[in-house]
Amino acid sequence: MNKTNLDLPTKNTWCPGCGNFGILQAIKNAISILEQKGVKKENFVLTTGIGCHAKIVDYININTFYGLHGRALAAAVGIKIGNPNLKVLTCSGDGDSYNEGISHLVYAAKRNIDLTMMIHDNRNFALTTGQYSATSPRGFKGRSTPEGSQESAFNPLELMLASGATFIARGYTAKIDHLTNLIVQAVEHKGFSFIDILDPCVAWFNTYEDYNKRVYELKDNNLLSKEDAIKRMWEWDYNNGGKIAIGVFYKIEKPAFDVEVNSGIVKIDNIDNKIKEILAKKI
Amino acid sequence: MKKEFSILIGGAAGEGTRMSGQLIGKLLNQYGWRIFIYEDYQSLITGGHNFSIIRASQERISASTEKIDYLIALNEETFLKHKSRLRQDGIIIYNSDQIKNEKGIGIAALTITTQLGGKPIMKNSSLLGALGKVLGIEWQAIEDLLKREFGAKAELNLKIARAGFDLAKENQKIEKLNQKPLPLITGNEAVALGALKAGLESYISYPMTPASSILHYLAAVNQDLKNLVVFQPENEIEVINAAIGSAFAGKRTMLGSSGGGFALMVEAMSLAGQSETPIVVVESQRPGPATGLPTYTAQGDLLFVLSCGHGDFMRFVVVPGDAEEAFYLTGLAMNMAWKYQLPAIVLIDKEISEDTFNLDESVLEKVEKKEGKLWDKKGEYKRYLDTKDGISPLAFPGESGIVVKGTSYEHDEAGITLEESETDIKKMQDKRLRKHKALEEEVKKIESIKIFGNKNSDKAIIVFGSVKGAAIELGKEMNIKVIQPLIFQPFPKEKMREAISGVKKIITIEENATAQLAQFLSGQGVKVDDSILKYTGRPFFIEELREELKKKL
Repeated sequence: MNKTNLDLPTKNTWCPGCGNFGILQAIKNAISILEQKGVKKENFVLTTGIGCHAKIVDYININTFYGLHGRALAAAVGIKIGNPNLKVLTCSGDGDSYNEGISHLVYAAKRNIDLTMMIHDNRNFALTTGQYSATSPRGFKGRSTPEGSQESAFNPLELMLASGATFIARGYTAKIDHLTNLIVQAVEHKGFSFIDILDPCVAWFNTYEDYNKRVYELKDNNLLSKEDAIKRMWEWDYNNGGKIAIGVFYKIEKPAFDVEVNSGIVKIDNIDNKIKEILAKKI
Repeated sequence: MKKEFSILIGGAAGEGTRMSGQLIGKLLNQYGWRIFIYEDYQSLITGGHNFSIIRASQERISASTEKIDYLIALNEETFLKHKSRLRQDGIIIYNSDQIKNEKGIGIAALTITTQLGGKPIMKNSSLLGALGKVLGIEWQAIEDLLKREFGAKAELNLKIARAGFDLAKENQKIEKLNQKPLPLITGNEAVALGALKAGLESYISYPMTPASSILHYLAAVNQDLKNLVVFQPENEIEVINAAIGSAFAGKRTMLGSSGGGFALMVEAMSLAGQSETPIVVVESQRPGPATGLPTYTAQGDLLFVLSCGHGDFMRFVVVPGDAEEAFYLTGLAMNMAWKYQLPAIVLIDKEISEDTFNLDESVLEKVEKKEGKLWDKKGEYKRYLDTKDGISPLAFPGESGIVVKGTSYEHDEAGITLEESETDIKKMQDKRLRKHKALEEEVKKIESIKIFGNKNSDKAIIVFGSVKGAAIELGKEMNIKVIQPLIFQPFPKEKMREAISGVKKIITIEENATAQLAQFLSGQGVKVDDSILKYTGRPFFIEELREELKKKL
């Protein structure tokens, strides 16, 4: 499927069986599809925070910015307002963007900046050896909570709906074609696109078997209806049982921040004259 | 003839005294006087007490005196707080609607304004008119000024000003000096214009006094220029990470805050260092620790700024002492950030940010946008190519046929994570160190330390930032040497050694409690004998500093 070479010869250090392999493949597939549709490879930029997810920058041959923990999206926002012609993708983790960097997530959705946010949601802090995160179920036994965590998970999809995201989806690493399709749609959506990706962690929280039983694909849901979206989101609260829908939950159109903030921007050839004009009024 | 005089105008917050002070400054500016305006206000929107001191002198100045010649009191509090400042022949112009039976010139400012159909804020015009008359300023000059400033709204203000003008008597006619008026500008405005001159394309900031007016000013001038992205994100952490993203995308980007906001940013200063991303940070100091005194001044962030961020990386740090220096040092910071691909800091303080200075337009010639080392579009691209001078060619996402990989991790030349090879890890850090060395060499060749006063004196005072103004005046008066470093990182050690050669006694003058400049200088091999410190949030006034210096010298 890869038309251009998106591979890099670097050694991959994800655990065998890690869900991140599926995400990497889906992103490569999506970029190839988008290239065929006319997006130039050099216009893709991928930003990441810090965590297992972030190693992806070393495994994909496109422009990348490997940022700080929790700040994957913060840098992405700067890149997009710096050059709105770029197709900005962000990979982040649940620890990265639901814990450390949650303010940026809420605000990127609120301002509807046109970029694609993909959360490698393995529901624990994996690279720091398995502590509970914002989407770990209540009672999660990790190294910082040997008796089980005393916090309930939150539902990131609901958070995104409340924050004003205009494209809200959930994918699953074990369904690569489905995820590929979600990423293509997300990139093509003009606004803030959010995909929470169920990402089993073979080292600390292996959820493959559980997800395989419960995951189903959304069909014929009303993408314009908040009520419908909430109903589907409520089927599973990231703590206990229930069906787990994957696919697009919500998709509406709104003006994109990066376009608005850059509209009417011109280059001034002789800034010297402009500054002199400004100073002339200050006498 | 007076060589200088000062006017204090004060009232409650929201009464428009700051605007009035600016107008008085402009009026005297038209008469050829050199102007400095000190602003004093509190962290509130209405009520409280605000005042401005407009100092007019035949020579360039950037400091205030405690004593004043004219007191314009909009309310009783102003009168009570400041009447002791008046010199013997000082004159009070007061709002007689609020202050009764005082000596001086009483103007029923609000009554006049209301009778003429004006809004309460316009009462300032009546006091301006009265001051103009006292100083013997021609009515035409006042009329021209108000027409220029208020445009369509000038007519009513003119009537109100004329009423005040007619009620007062000429008393101490000031001369029209044979000097061209110079633009009046705050340091924050100068920072903004200096950045624009050096090619600013994006300004990102979260509001925090005293840096906020850079954000306001750039947003305002951009309504006409339309060449900037001006962005107010959700918090300071987004500010700096977005600025780094914007620069990674190729845009010349600046951000601004005060100490508390900047403290939230320092992890990403280290990111700018490691990822070699050029950004310019304006840090306008106010007194800390913590929230401190939000609307007052301090120089307590020097050591913090010089060592901000974890790990080994260099920041280019400039410390301007007036509006002109703020203009060209911000321009320099922008060019150096892009030439050496590192974070640059413009360290100012509330007095630089918000006080008003004259600016000589010739300073515009000191700033030109200089491109960094751009990729020549030949061969393979590596973002962190190991070069002789340590500077790797820049390219940006969107460039066809290459990939650009920026990163916070230690990395190889292509920007791929590096954890195993010690040889390569050392090679990459050495590359960055060579770049720092190159910057150090360049700083040796440019103006980095200024010397004022008696250059041959064996007594020297060393100052930085806004203390410069008072120090220069007193240095001249007391016939001693005044040394002002402009660049603090990389520090021009040799130039400082030259500056203090033959000096037997060194005193630093600082607006902080722990003599941070003296501490810093001792690390640079400069032994400071004594320090004069002030840490009340207010700047040094000429008289008090004169007394302190007399004691110490």
